[in-house]
Amino acid sequence: MNEYSIEFKNLVKTFGNSTILNNLSFGIHKNKITTILGFSGAGKTTLMKHILGLTMPTSGDVIVLGTAINKLDEMSLREFRRNFGMVFQYAALFDFLTSFENVAFPLREFTKMNEEEIKDKVLKLLDSVGISREAAYRLPSELSGGMRKRVGLARGLALDPHIMLYDEPTSGLDPITTHMVYDLMRDTQLANVKNGFTSVIISHDIHATLKYSDYIVFMEKGTVVEHLDVESFKKSANPVIRRFLEL
Amino acid sequence: MKAMVEKQIEQLGNTVMQMLQGLGDFTNFTFKTIFWTFKPPYRFKLLFEQIYFIGNKSVFIIFLTSSFTGAVFAYQIYVGMKVINADSFIGPLVTIALAKELAPVLSGLVVAGRCGAAMAAQIGTMKVTEQIDALEVMGINSYQYLAVPRILGATISLPLLSAIFLMIGYGGSWLIGTKLLQIDEVIFTSKVSDFMELGMVAEGIIKATVFGYLIGIIGTYHGFMVQGGAEGVGKGTNMAVVWGMITVLVVDFFLTSFLTKIL
Repeated sequence: MNEYSIEFKNLVKTFGNSTILNNLSFGIHKNKITTILGFSGAGKTTLMKHILGLTMPTSGDVIVLGTAINKLDEMSLREFRRNFGMVFQYAALFDFLTSFENVAFPLREFTKMNEEEIKDKVLKLLDSVGISREAAYRLPSELSGGMRKRVGLARGLALDPHIMLYDEPTSGLDPITTHMVYDLMRDTQLANVKNGFTSVIISHDIHATLKYSDYIVFMEKGTVVEHLDVESFKKSANPVIRRFLEL
Repeated sequence: MKAMVEKQIEQLGNTVMQMLQGLGDFTNFTFKTIFWTFKPPYRFKLLFEQIYFIGNKSVFIIFLTSSFTGAVFAYQIYVGMKVINADSFIGPLVTIALAKELAPVLSGLVVAGRCGAAMAAQIGTMKVTEQIDALEVMGINSYQYLAVPRILGATISLPLLSAIFLMIGYGGSWLIGTKLLQIDEVIFTSKVSDFMELGMVAEGIIKATVFGYLIGIIGTYHGFMVQGGAEGVGKGTNMAVVWGMITVLVVDFFLTSFLTKIL
């Protein structure tokens, strides 16, 4: 059985004359939390867009759950994306919907659940991320940054995804809320691990990464500098990583 | 000197390239929206919401614009017609002008200003706050979800608003003509029925439908093209209004030439 949820095979992405991703070949372990770390402009977000099929490679393959998603047609790709849950940098909640409606949105779009079942599931999900009943019926503009991220996480989990992606999930949050969100991400991973659940985090936060991740992929200028488990990463002699660790 | 000429040619080349790129993007966007209009799922709830917003919520401003347009136009025509003793023709002249030109064009300008701006601002804000990415990640086509209901909503609503404009504008002119300018009520209305033809009303309705479609597509296109933050949203909204209004006026000229021949 494949130990990877996601594999990149000779992945190259160029925009005009600049190479954003330079011949990447590695895998992201199933049932684990992997953090993609690196300085700004390293190609982390472009890599995540390739995982989602929002950007197509110039050459090479992106294999997710055994399927080369760069070879899927548009309709199949849209269907395939239901395997993903995603928490955006600033949550990206639909601002015209309440927290409840945001979480109910994918259920109404993609399942045949009735309103009673949707209500049960949404309230359970919101409860699991610590959103109160009262806050469930507020608009995103009436929530704090941390609460928005938690609602975003609940929305991402609504369709029971196999892969959860987090794009800088703690940017703009205070240290206490940052750890609360990371705790939640780890709890989510542990609660879903029996379903082959994989978490991929894009982050700049080295301290939280070392505490919560199982594996770390360190990128620089479109290449993977290191792909190690956390303990090996801490001991890495690579000067770029040492510099990052000393921040 | 040579360097300056080269620089100017380069700038001209860049401008032409940008225009071609914009045209290409717009054509691509248009085809995508047409494609996704006919693909299920059909989102009737979103369509009705847009018809309510573009149509129903514009009725008051259309009422104000049309009543005063009809009244002022009647008064101005009276001043001219009185000289040649043809003031009884106010009714048909105003009504024909309203049906063929004023109702569709002014309704179009009102909707371009009110709703074209709203479309660009709503979609643009969703773009810069990654809400459109969130839709795409869920597997929902953002063109189908955001653009198609707005384009169809404007295409359906504008002819209805134009018809309301015609009726209220006629009412305004009737009020000024018969009550203020003392034209006999029977003469006023009978002259209108003598000169008005169904083709004239059809011309206005066809124009309004085309304007509605164009306003919808221009408003949503500029929303999807927004880049950057709040400044980008402001720029996109401005472009949607300006291009919406210019398009209504320019396309009106060509439609008039075409429809006058066939109707």
